[in-house]
Amino acid sequence: MKAFVTLLFLAVLGGAVFWYVTRPGTAGAETYAGLTGDAARGETVFWAGGCASCHAAPGAEGEERLVMAGGTALASSFGTFYAPNISPDPEAGIGGWSVADLGNAMQAGVAPGGAHLYPAFPYTSYTKAEPQDIADLHAFMATLPASDAANKAHDVGFPYTIRRLLGGWKSLFLDDAWVLTNATTDRLARGRYLVEALGHCGECHTPRNRLGGLDTANWLGGAANPAGEGRIPNITPGGLDWSEADIAEYLKSGFTPEFDVAGGEMAEVVQNTAQLSDEDRASIAAYLKAVPAVESAAQ
Amino acid sequence: MKKLFLATAALATLGMTSAAIGQDQKNPAVEARQSLMHLYAFNLGTLGAMAKGEMEYDAEAAQAAAGNLAKLASVNQMAMWPEGTDNASIEGTAALPAIWEDGSDIGDKVQALEEATAALADTAGDGVEAIQAGMGAVGGACGACHKAYRASNN
Repeated sequence: MKAFVTLLFLAVLGGAVFWYVTRPGTAGAETYAGLTGDAARGETVFWAGGCASCHAAPGAEGEERLVMAGGTALASSFGTFYAPNISPDPEAGIGGWSVADLGNAMQAGVAPGGAHLYPAFPYTSYTKAEPQDIADLHAFMATLPASDAANKAHDVGFPYTIRRLLGGWKSLFLDDAWVLTNATTDRLARGRYLVEALGHCGECHTPRNRLGGLDTANWLGGAANPAGEGRIPNITPGGLDWSEADIAEYLKSGFTPEFDVAGGEMAEVVQNTAQLSDEDRASIAAYLKAVPAVESAAQ
Repeated sequence: MKKLFLATAALATLGMTSAAIGQDQKNPAVEARQSLMHLYAFNLGTLGAMAKGEMEYDAEAAQAAAGNLAKLASVNQMAMWPEGTDNASIEGTAALPAIWEDGSDIGDKVQALEEATAALADTAGDGVEAIQAGMGAVGGACGACHKAYRASNN
């Protein structure tokens, strides 16, 4: 009987701990209170954040890349996720979201109403962003065309369908600390912000552990391609011998030092970084030269 | 029975031979189009070095390289892309079958490159800023085609 009571007590305690650890915590309304967004500045945040790469309709070109209809599939070892409609449509999109709603989604991974979002949406990077940038982005996104495209349900299996589990995942992997701790110049600090926070480069270029958390000890050291073929390259000085000018040119025009132009996922990324200033691209290049070199694993 | 064996052996030999051809003999059309890509890259190298500040701006050299690029982009490539030279059919190419499928807009993509290189040729003699600006459009045209029609290797 005593054993049963102890077990019961432990089960209740375990449940309470689970409840506590997995509760969807928000960034708090006060984080974004009183912020006024500037749409012009928000456009830079939009391109630096790479929103269009996933949230524009698959295959969209030109002006269509500003219609955030969603639909792009993201393959992962946990299932396939489909980017939702984040256009200003109040029903199909996120036109009804406040700055705080957008901030909680981008920085705490929580949707309005309190559900955890899957980390296919890179809030693990955006959590490092400045709240003012969220407000600016909110103002810019309100200027984009609305789309009434319906969201496609994610194709994930049990137990990943239990969103509550993501609370535990976040307690392990949602961390707003910088990976490069010593950004000694303004340029490096800006580059770090663009790479680690908005650009979310680490989400693909850093390997993940079995639970899907980023292995920051091998930051930007290259990773298996979740979409299947090949590897996503190591872009630390241990894997990339391009000069800073080479990197900046690549992010502007797409040309590699051999004057090839990437297709694939990076072609999408270059369409975003091409919209940034020369100064911002140079900052990204400086940062990539400053991160610790990861030796490329034998492939 | 013997007849069946012979037929099988003949087929097997034929299969091995055609596999060997696939690996050893280069397809002249594939070689031609890849050579054209190398010529693009060579001329882009001059312009890119100036754009990056690795080479001092030289209006004459810039004009020559951009002029070559525009001419190369307007070469008639019809014979370089025969059907059956996609990466599902032969070795040694990254060209995706989508190039030849219904709904392919490869012609529009080539047209976009022609226009971007012609614009660059018009302005390349005006200074390094003009090259830096024009390279973006050329790279965009290259990337748009590679994204849609070239197998990614990274």
